[in-house]
Amino acid sequence: MNEVVELALRMGDNCLILGHRVSEWCGHGPVIEEDIAMANVALDLIGQAQMWLALAGELEGQGRDADALAYRRDAFDFRNLLLVERPIDDFGVTLMRQFLFDAWHKLMLEHLVRSSDARVAEIAAKAVKEVTYHLERSGDLVERLGDGTAESRARMQAALDALWPYVGEMFASDAIDHTLAAHAVAPAPETLRHEWDTLTGSALRAATLDIPDSDFAHLGGRAGRHTEHLGYILADMQFLQRAYPDAQW
Amino acid sequence: MIPSGRFAASSPIEGEEGASHTPLAAERIWSVLNSVPDPEIPAISIVDLGIVRDVTFEDDTVVVAVTPTYSGCPATSLINMEIETALRAHGFDKLRIERRISPPWTTAWISAEGRAKLNAYGIAPPDRSAPVACPRCGSTETSEVSRFGSTPCKAAWRCNACLEPFDRFKCI
Repeated sequence: MNEVVELALRMGDNCLILGHRVSEWCGHGPVIEEDIAMANVALDLIGQAQMWLALAGELEGQGRDADALAYRRDAFDFRNLLLVERPIDDFGVTLMRQFLFDAWHKLMLEHLVRSSDARVAEIAAKAVKEVTYHLERSGDLVERLGDGTAESRARMQAALDALWPYVGEMFASDAIDHTLAAHAVAPAPETLRHEWDTLTGSALRAATLDIPDSDFAHLGGRAGRHTEHLGYILADMQFLQRAYPDAQW
Repeated sequence: MIPSGRFAASSPIEGEEGASHTPLAAERIWSVLNSVPDPEIPAISIVDLGIVRDVTFEDDTVVVAVTPTYSGCPATSLINMEIETALRAHGFDKLRIERRISPPWTTAWISAEGRAKLNAYGIAPPDRSAPVACPRCGSTETSEVSRFGSTPCKAAWRCNACLEPFDRFKCI
C-alpha cells in the first residue's frame, strides 16, 4: 500500500528534520545539562528517522535506502510538518516547539503501536519509549520556565504565540490519512486533537501560560510545500553527499 | 572488517567449532558473546546488557540477533563489529548479525550480574522499585541533575550525602 510509504516518510522526515534542528544546539546549550539533553534527543530522533526511512525505502521498492532518502531528495519531496523546520531561535522557542511536537509524537506513536501493519507497529514500539522520555523533559521545563521569572515567562509565552499557527497542521488529515485510518494502519491525525489539547493544556496552564485563541494553521509541509527554512537545512545536511556522491568513511 | 583467515589460523580450536551447529556450539557462542564488552560501558558485556536476543543457525551460518538499546545509539555498529571479531577469533567464520527491534529493548533485560557490575563501576543500575542509591557510598539521599547523561542510556545524578556526581542507567 503506497500510503504506508507516505506514512513512513512523514514520520521519518519529522524525526530527521527536528533531529537536525535540535542538534544545532550541540555545544551552544544554555547549561551543560541541557546541551547534553538536546544532543541526546537529537540522536534518538535521527535513530528513529533511520528506521522510518529504511521502511519507506524498502516498501517503495526503488532501491533507495534511508541515506538516499535523507540526502538525495529535494525540499518538495520532504513530508515533515512545517513546525519542525522552524529555526531554533532562542532556547524558549526550541523548548516550546519540542513540547508541542513531543506531545503529538507520543500520542501518534501510542496509536501506531497498535497499527495493523506489523512493521509500523514495531518501529512505533521502539520509538514511543524514547519519546515518552522526551515529553517528560520538555513538559517539565515548559512548566518551570513558564512559571518562572518574568523574563522566562515572557519568552515562553512569546514562543507559544509564535508557534501556535503551526500546531494545526499536526491534526489536519488528508486523503492519505483517511486511507491509512480505514485500514487501521494509522489514526487520522484529527482524532488526536482532543487528547493533545488535554495533555498540553494542563501543562501550559501549570506553566501559567495563555493558550492562544486562534485556529489559524499554516499547512503544506506534509504535501511537500515548505517554508524557505527547509532549503537551508537541506543545504547544510546534504552538502557532502551532493558534492561527493556515495562518499563513505 | 577482519580478514576471516587471520583469527581462524591463530585459533587453537580451528576447524572444530565453526561448522557444527550443536547445542554445544550455541553454548560456546553465548560464552564468547559474554566476553564482548559494551564499548561505552566496558564493565559489562553485551549479554549482561540484554541486547543479544538470540543465537540460531541457518545451515552452517551463525545468526546472532542483536537489539539496539536506543534507536540512535552510535555504539550499535561498533558492537556488531566486535561480535564479528570475537566470533571469528573462535573459529565461527560464517556468521550474520541481524538487527531486531521487536520487542524493544528494556532495562529489565539487564542481568543481575550486569546490575552488580554497573554498580561496582559507579553507575547506579536501573530499578524502578527502589530509591536510587549512590554507587559510591550507598546513600539513598540522591537527586537527579539531568534526565540525560553522557550516553543515551544514562541520566546524571548526584549524591547529597557524599556529594559525588554519578551516572544512573535510565529505566526504559
